[in-house]
Amino acid sequence: MTRQHKVGSHHWWTQRVSAIVLIPAAMLFVIPFASTFGGTQSEVLVTYANPFHALVALILLVTLFIHLHQGLAEVIADYAHSKLWLTILHTANSAFCWVMGLLSVFAIARIALFP
Amino acid sequence: MSGTPKSNRPLSPHLTIYRLQITSALSILHRMTGVALAVPAALIVWWLLAAGSSPIGFNAANSVLTSWFGKTILTLSLWAFWYHFANGIRHLVWDSGRGFELPTVTRSGIAVVVASFILTALTLFIGTLT
Repeated sequence: MTRQHKVGSHHWWTQRVSAIVLIPAAMLFVIPFASTFGGTQSEVLVTYANPFHALVALILLVTLFIHLHQGLAEVIADYAHSKLWLTILHTANSAFCWVMGLLSVFAIARIALFP
Repeated sequence: MSGTPKSNRPLSPHLTIYRLQITSALSILHRMTGVALAVPAALIVWWLLAAGSSPIGFNAANSVLTSWFGKTILTLSLWAFWYHFANGIRHLVWDSGRGFELPTVTRSGIAVVVASFILTALTLFIGTLT
């Protein structure tokens, strides 16, 4: 029992806090996304050049990848048992979520700030 | 475990001999949809990146995502998303210490499944409006 007990409750809390943030963010994201998806490039750009839609998409995607990272880490901890697999899968999880999170910030910033 | 003497007693929770119940089925489904949603999340990032890039880049992403295959993946993802969304709210209610009576758990489970299909249909309807 070093700091492990605090790390555990910290994970529990961040998973819940991100879940709560995702409820309104997802609802606000889905409607413009569903009506823009399948449209032309300029239609997509018009939607996400709008600061409100850009901000919603930014909050949704960043929170989503934080939430996904924690969820996948929990699944990996449950099913991977060898030290090698734990290292490989946890590293792959972190790499995927960090890259995707940063790419979503970049993608939205490019559309919203540099039209 | 490795230190205990070998016995023929089954190990808990011995999932393969357990009859699947609505509680356990929905719990596993929450996990499966959560993991699966990594795919559409990455696809949406690709779509947004492509939209900000050249027309060639956008057309590449758009033609894959709006193809028969892309639409199937995204429609299944949409259901997975609404399921995980509704069941996630159910989990948050449990975290507040409520809704643990067995009949309530069954009822909220059925409500989550029904809600996931209704919300999927509604979202698909919004998509066809434009």
